[in-house]
Amino acid sequence: MKSTALSLSVLAALALGSASAQTTVKIATLSPLSGGQSDLGTQIRNGAQLAVNEYRAEFQRLGMNLQLVAYDDQADPATGTAQARKIAADRSILAVVGTLNSGVAIPSSQALVSSRVAMVSPANTANQVTDRGLSNMNRIVARDDAQGPAGANFLADNLKAKRVYLLNDKTAYGEGLAKEVEKALRAKGVQVVGNEGTEEKSDFSSIIAKIRLQRPDAIYFGGIYNQVGVFIKQLREAGITTPVMGGDGLDSAELATIAGKGATNIYFTTVAAPIDALPAAKTFAANFQKTFNDQAQGFAAFGYDAAKVVLQGILAAYKANGNKVPSRQQVETAIRKGTFTGLLSGTVSFNSVGDRKSATLYVMNVQNGKYSLSARLPVRPARQ
Amino acid sequence: MDLATLLPFLVNVIAGGLVLGFVYAIIALGYTMVYGVLQLINFAHSEVFVTGAVVGFEVFRVLTPSPMNGYLKLLIALLAAMVISGLLNVTIERLAYRPLRNAPRLVPLITAIGVSLILQDVLRLIEGFQGRFDLTYTLPDGFSGKFCGAESSCAAVGSTLARLGLDLQLKDVILIVVALLSLAVLNYLVNRTRLGKAIRAVAQDRVTAGLMGIDSNRMISATFLIGGALGGISGVLFGMKFGTVNAYSGFDPGIIAFTAAVLGGIGSIPGAVLGGLALGVIQNLIGVTNIFGGLLGIANLEAIDASYQRIGAFIVLVLILIFKPTGLLGKSNVEKV
Repeated sequence: MKSTALSLSVLAALALGSASAQTTVKIATLSPLSGGQSDLGTQIRNGAQLAVNEYRAEFQRLGMNLQLVAYDDQADPATGTAQARKIAADRSILAVVGTLNSGVAIPSSQALVSSRVAMVSPANTANQVTDRGLSNMNRIVARDDAQGPAGANFLADNLKAKRVYLLNDKTAYGEGLAKEVEKALRAKGVQVVGNEGTEEKSDFSSIIAKIRLQRPDAIYFGGIYNQVGVFIKQLREAGITTPVMGGDGLDSAELATIAGKGATNIYFTTVAAPIDALPAAKTFAANFQKTFNDQAQGFAAFGYDAAKVVLQGILAAYKANGNKVPSRQQVETAIRKGTFTGLLSGTVSFNSVGDRKSATLYVMNVQNGKYSLSARLPVRPARQ
Repeated sequence: MDLATLLPFLVNVIAGGLVLGFVYAIIALGYTMVYGVLQLINFAHSEVFVTGAVVGFEVFRVLTPSPMNGYLKLLIALLAAMVISGLLNVTIERLAYRPLRNAPRLVPLITAIGVSLILQDVLRLIEGFQGRFDLTYTLPDGFSGKFCGAESSCAAVGSTLARLGLDLQLKDVILIVVALLSLAVLNYLVNRTRLGKAIRAVAQDRVTAGLMGIDSNRMISATFLIGGALGGISGVLFGMKFGTVNAYSGFDPGIIAFTAAVLGGIGSIPGAVLGGLALGVIQNLIGVTNIFGGLLGIANLEAIDASYQRIGAFIVLVLILIFKPTGLLGKSNVEKV
């Protein structure tokens, strides 16, 4: 026994010795690890960790010691920017997976662009994240402005609506979304029988009376769950069972609570897929459970995918650099130009500004208070 | 669209406006009574109202598993809300307004706004401790169902009403009955009792009433108690009718009820009721103007939809105040020298 232990320790020493001769290559995650959104941020970090574990051996063979460093942005733009500066200062970090919040991604990517550190976002949907045209900012989820046309397509094709009643909450989000839906509906020849904004949070009786009069096939409400939930509750109490659709503003478990018994026949689009919406995610979820003793959610899968994009990008840059450890700029270019496969959410490639060329929006359905996946809609950014 | 479909539609819209109007009316009473005795606009009244709604939510929540009769649960909710909102209003007056009784009128007004803001966040804190923000009422079975639905013993009444377009829920009828009862009790209290007489005397002239042996501070407290209790009732009715409230829900109905009080003539009790009902109906009618615009072929009317509901109510207020500055039923104060 003793001799075995000795030989093992010699082996370990040898392994360590060879490891120290390698170049250390790091990727970073930037997500909230403390505060109210730490749950989601930790999912992103852990998803990325699984990808790193998967690729460690391959990197080792190529003489690279791969490590993941997790930075906490506290879901706060100022903290995120400060962390981004720290990332920029650590020359061994080649690229970043992050962030959760668009509001953090925008200044953080700005802080990283001059040192050419590529970012791959698993979660940011705001149009502005990529519309600024930064060379380092990419995302693997759909853009906010994809929701309008996707919602309209779902109304016309899946719900077969010929007459749609549009409502919005008179905010930039809700009104903008309803406008996009209206445009796409008219283009598809669907009749818009009503279109109005309301700030009302309690009494929807006049709107419901009009809906009863107009008999639409479906209702689209660009708004947030706490207003739309009350509306749906009153609509159902008035005996109207017409399907109600909305955007990701409805993506909350509270929606069903507020609508109560009326929480049925509701649809909404969202970029954050539930984990079981991803066909390949079963093994991943089991692996995640085993490694972190925690249930994987959608953001873990997207964290994993984003990290894989980064790692495959580094490998591609390594090859392009004559099998030498690539520079940050080479990695940035490889990520923007490459095609990445073997991901949970399908193949990824980016357009000229870093939007995913073919992203997916998920349509969730609420029936009797239960949420389930109803459809997957492919969406493409206007620029290809 | 023809008259046969539009008539029930219109009846439905007006009925919805009246139900809403009753809630406004009961809230407006709280503003107008306090104004009557103190010439103070009690901006904290909207939070007294929300407190009632929160108390109602808690009562229904706690009693949900109990097999108790639904009407009994409602009665408990109403009584609890009346007591707590009433006492809250008295406390507000004692702590925040009484020390400023002789200060310039603007000072208690600003204080009232301050109290309103404090109460909002206290309410949010209390519910937030339990992890709640939006409070969704769990009503007894049947309250949200049709009034005299197909299975009930009064199905014939229900179908007649439905033909007229009166598609009422049981809770609408409960709301109207409770509101009418409250108004009747208030009317008796103010016009037929010694307490009411004393309150009216203080409202007319505090100093002279004091000389006649009326303790004006006690009468002012009584007014706040009654006004607060009405706020509590309206809170429960509001929560029951519309389903969800949160700590900030008071602002919108509060400002409209205040408008209703001004529209009816601030200080006048029948005026507040009339103003509330009128605003409820006007709001709903403005909300459906675009339907009639389409019918009459007037393109400009088609643009007036639900988004103009609020603004329309305030335009009516401005118009009335231009032509009748004291409001519909208000009396002008004639200064006698």
